[in-house]
Amino acid sequence: MKSLLSLKKYFYRYKTKLLLGVLFILISNLGNVYLPLILKDSVNALQKRADYSQLIRYGELIALISLVSGVFLYLKRQTMIVASREIEYDLRQDFWQHIQKLSLRYFQNHSTGDIMAHATNDLNAVRTFVGPAVMYSVDTIVTLVLVLSIMLSLNVSLTIYSLLPLPLLSYLVYRLGGLIHIKFTRIQEKFSELTTKSQENFSGIRVIKSYVREENEIKEYKTLSHDYFNKNMDKVKIEALFQPVLFFVIGISLIVVIWIGGLKVINGTMDLGEILAFVVYLGLLIWPMIAVGWVVNLIQQASASMKRLNKMFEEDYEIQDNELTDHKIKEIKGKIEFKNVSFRYGENLPYVLRNISLEIPQGCTVAIIGHTGVGKTSFINLIPRLYDVTEGEVLIDGRNIKHMPLNILRKHIGIVPQETFLFSDTLANNITYGLSENKMEIVESVSEISQLKKDVESFPKGFETMLGERGITLSGGQKQRTCLARALAIDPNILILDDSFSAVDTHTEEEILKRLKAYMKDRTSIIISHRISTVKDADKIFVLDKGVIAEQGTHDELVQKQGIYADLHYKQLLEKELEELN
Amino acid sequence: MSQDYKTDDEILGKAYDAKLMKRLMGYIRPYRKYVILAIVLNVVVAALGPLRPVLTKIAIDENIKGKDYHGLMITVLALLGSLLLQALIQYFLTYYTNYMGQKIIYDIRVKLFSHVESLALKYFDKTPIGRIVTRVTNDVESLNELFSSGIVMVFSDIFIIVWIFVFMFLMDWKLSFVTLSVLPVLIYGTFLFRKKVRDSYRDVRFHLARLNSYMQEHVTGMNVVQIFGKETDELKRFASINDDYKQVNIKSIFYYAVFYPSVEFLSSFAIALIVWYGGGEIVQGKLSIGVLFAFTQFTEMFFRPIRDLSEKYNILQTAMASSERIFKLFDTDIIIKEPEKPMELKEVKGEIEFKNVWFAYNDNDYVLKNINFDIHPGQTVAIVGATGAGKTSLINILTRFYDINKGEILLDGVDIRNFSKKELRKYISIVLQDVFLFSGTIKSNINLNNSEISEAQIMEASRSVGAHRFIKALPEKYDEVVKEKGATLSVGQKQLLSFARALAYDPQILILDEATSSVDTETEILIQRAIQKLLVGRTAIVIAHRLSTIQNADKILVMHKGELREMGTHQELLAKRGIYYKLYQLQYKDQEVTKSA
Ligand SMILES: Nc1ncnc2c1ncn2[C@@H]1O[C@H](COP(=O)(O)OP(=O)(O)OP(=O)(O)O)[C@@H](O)[C@H]1O
Ligand SMILES: Nc1ncnc2c1ncn2[C@@H]1O[C@H](COP(=O)(O)OP(=O)(O)OP(=O)(O)O)[C@@H](O)[C@H]1O
Ligand SMILES: [Mg+2]
Repeated sequence: MKSLLSLKKYFYRYKTKLLLGVLFILISNLGNVYLPLILKDSVNALQKRADYSQLIRYGELIALISLVSGVFLYLKRQTMIVASREIEYDLRQDFWQHIQKLSLRYFQNHSTGDIMAHATNDLNAVRTFVGPAVMYSVDTIVTLVLVLSIMLSLNVSLTIYSLLPLPLLSYLVYRLGGLIHIKFTRIQEKFSELTTKSQENFSGIRVIKSYVREENEIKEYKTLSHDYFNKNMDKVKIEALFQPVLFFVIGISLIVVIWIGGLKVINGTMDLGEILAFVVYLGLLIWPMIAVGWVVNLIQQASASMKRLNKMFEEDYEIQDNELTDHKIKEIKGKIEFKNVSFRYGENLPYVLRNISLEIPQGCTVAIIGHTGVGKTSFINLIPRLYDVTEGEVLIDGRNIKHMPLNILRKHIGIVPQETFLFSDTLANNITYGLSENKMEIVESVSEISQLKKDVESFPKGFETMLGERGITLSGGQKQRTCLARALAIDPNILILDDSFSAVDTHTEEEILKRLKAYMKDRTSIIISHRISTVKDADKIFVLDKGVIAEQGTHDELVQKQGIYADLHYKQLLEKELEELN
Repeated sequence: MSQDYKTDDEILGKAYDAKLMKRLMGYIRPYRKYVILAIVLNVVVAALGPLRPVLTKIAIDENIKGKDYHGLMITVLALLGSLLLQALIQYFLTYYTNYMGQKIIYDIRVKLFSHVESLALKYFDKTPIGRIVTRVTNDVESLNELFSSGIVMVFSDIFIIVWIFVFMFLMDWKLSFVTLSVLPVLIYGTFLFRKKVRDSYRDVRFHLARLNSYMQEHVTGMNVVQIFGKETDELKRFASINDDYKQVNIKSIFYYAVFYPSVEFLSSFAIALIVWYGGGEIVQGKLSIGVLFAFTQFTEMFFRPIRDLSEKYNILQTAMASSERIFKLFDTDIIIKEPEKPMELKEVKGEIEFKNVWFAYNDNDYVLKNINFDIHPGQTVAIVGATGAGKTSLINILTRFYDINKGEILLDGVDIRNFSKKELRKYISIVLQDVFLFSGTIKSNINLNNSEISEAQIMEASRSVGAHRFIKALPEKYDEVVKEKGATLSVGQKQLLSFARALAYDPQILILDEATSSVDTETEILIQRAIQKLLVGRTAIVIAHRLSTIQNADKILVMHKGELREMGTHQELLAKRGIYYKLYQLQYKDQEVTKSA
């Protein structure tokens, strides 16, 4: 419940609408509770043989009052529910703003499905609380207070008798609500397992089919679905109690009214109209009572959801501008320096990089080479601060990157991630993603460098071709080259290519490298590759091994050194020679 | 992003569609016992509610007015009894209808999942994964409401209304007509409302789908957003999508805000009529006060179900739209046909022959043109060619991921279409070009939860591909958790795992599609040595961009624009001075230079 307190600021923001809503609820309810009084009067009048015109007046009064209360009912929804949508909007907006600032670590350790569950289910549960739940709570309280006071004013003892079962009701609602909530959480967990299972199964369908695992997967899915079924039935067992219990308790009240009230009427201490009024009032209470149960449920769900959302909101940004940030920095040139940098992914995980110091002068092209999993990607991720160093510091133009505005830092770095990702948008929009406007000349020129042009020419719609879900699927090599073009388009001072030619055939790679040479002339560039042919022209090559820079120098220097690099060089040469010998 | 684009998710069908309903009923059939029980209980329980005003009337007119203590007692006891009975029946009714609903959606879900698993890759090529997931999860879920509350509730509402009418008319038909005179207005209003709500509901769904797909996509690609520093721009875009969603919601609030109060008003108006007309009758002594009591309660009772009908209408509509999409998926029969009498594959020698094979993914857009070659058992064959030449397609048809258009593919001399897909694939392992890891453990990613593959085999396979070294260094070794898509592993490591998987399955025919593109040279050489031993007596097909990786091939196929242009050993092809020679030159001329330097 406490978690819902974090909604305070949103409520505060829309206080006018919400307060008006409360007022409207009050007014419409005043009308509602007034009606039974008229009924009572008319019945009493009838017993005294009232005349016809009096009855017409009662009829008119009833119609008029309900018209007024109807208008306010309309206004109530137009204020409270509308406010709830506004709050939902704000909340979602804040959610997104927050998500965008979370670091890569968060996204690597949380599945997309989980994050989406926050964005959809949890936000929705909170919205339902903010809107209907709050509205009905207020409604219930107002109705309860008004009805109770009128009932009391009519007949104190009958009121007390008839409301005796109510505390029992509250207790039951509370207990059942709690139980249902627990069951509900379990259901949601299972449901998300089901979703993940389907998601992975369909994404990895090629693997499953290749290894003939369909039957096994179906079996597992069955088990999971069955669990889900059981969890649902656990909840149903309790939930099914809810309505009958509510109705039963309220029904008891009705019986009490008729029985005790009836006795009183027989004894002459009460008139018949009052019984009718009581019966109608109890009728008025039925809906609020049902609402109580429902609202309790909603609040339970909302508070659980809000707890999850709060946990997310509390998630540290890890990497962001802070008081040390020097906002005067507007540009970076590109001299990169690592000073005693160590890095690991977590407290209990081994160091990936250990005490690395190196310097990349502005305008230089350097290459990094090293075994699978040695930490090349981890190394370059430190430069745009996708991760922060564990120890030591990274400097650009002689300044610690932690003191640079994040936005400026990243705007000047063009990076081609090892794993490609493109948006389902047009090819042109993907290429110009990092630009503020869609300039066709730029698209043309960077596609020329990345050798995308000839592929695009074969597409009927050229650069306006849609990608992804609504369009075509590019081949691995085409994707890599699009990502390259996207990085080139922002005209970066630092260009980073992380094994960006792995899916590109050698001929095309050759062509690209030739053109890149001119492009990279005055830019600082870092190229990761496993192929000597890709890296050998670099001004400097770093060989990463076991977390440290094992060797560095130009191609020739390193070959001379007879170390790891030379070994690699000979191996790749040897392969070729072997072929020739064959 | 274009707005006019509508996916299946945004299509909204009718609230009631006889054909769909008939198919849905097919799923209810196994549970018809429950349906009958539910209907019977409903008839009973529906009568119990309206019975109370009748008893109230008796209490007032006969017991109270007649000062009959004993009678009052009996009536009160009857009230209590009806109440208790109602609560009991209500409980069982809810329980059993939910039980039925859950059972049915369990059946549908499992059946749908199995169906999807059996669909051909062609279907997955064309359909976004997210959409298929929605079908088997959310769409099936929304049927639950239909089965567990929707259908039964509609019945119960109808029964309640019928009972109320019966009791009302039995009590006083003239007053009944007066009370019910508001009914036409109510029905017309509900009808109008329903239409409006339907339209706005469609808008809401459309914008919700947009919002969700935006979020899904950007969560997946968040690193790109951040690398390019586009947070501010994206937030603006998000705001506009979010705002559209808000606006359509607010629009739909209006209809509800008008409808609900109107119903309230009509119900009060009916009461006013009762007071006015009924009062007159009472004055004339034609009516008792108890009837007036009963009628005001009846009014309360029958307005609620009618008002809620619109809510149920929404449930119905959602369910119908969902079931339409579900059935559409069921009706999708893009499958690779199994032979009628599958031949048994007891043992595979590994001889493969392509005879005049033509293949197109779409219609006549041939990706492979008249391919002819054969591979002897135990041979290693390499396929080379530029991107898009058709290398992957070649192996896609060998495992019958797709069926060819013309010609035939023979395994050990028999057309592969004579074997069941399962049998065929059992003997072939492929390391796919696109690596895919499941969330689970390292172990489960290698053996894919196949208990027949022992721990020793898993380790053996990992050693062969050089993955053992890094796995050993993980805190939990082979039981280390693998995150979604293997997010915490390096790209090369992922590729090694997918390679180890293929070896662990100990195939007779091994296919490597760019299996080491992200792996370092040393590991690559290590793998080559290891699999050379492994491949003795087995057939292998290797696709590689790097010619160095195919040095040991017995035969090299050179693909170019869907055609098999050259074929032969390395030396033969070099001597030919054709495409292969050119590729080779390109790749090694630089190293030639360095060597001489
Ligand atoms: N699922 C598909 N649906 C439609 N067309 C496809 C599909 N997969 C591939 N293609 C097309 O078929 C052609 C051959 O593709 P294929 O994947 O076989 O080439 P490849 O030689 O393996 O290329 P790469 O070296 O990039 O893997 C390409 O033009 C490609 O666009
Ligand atoms: N998010 C992460 N959490 C924990 N460990 C990680 C994470 N990402 C990578 N690692 C581990 O850190 C090590 C270095 O990974 P990295 O991706 O930097 O390697 P790499 O040199 O780029 O390899 P490759 O050549 O395969 O791309 C690997 O052992 C990997 O398993
Ligand atoms: Mg990497």
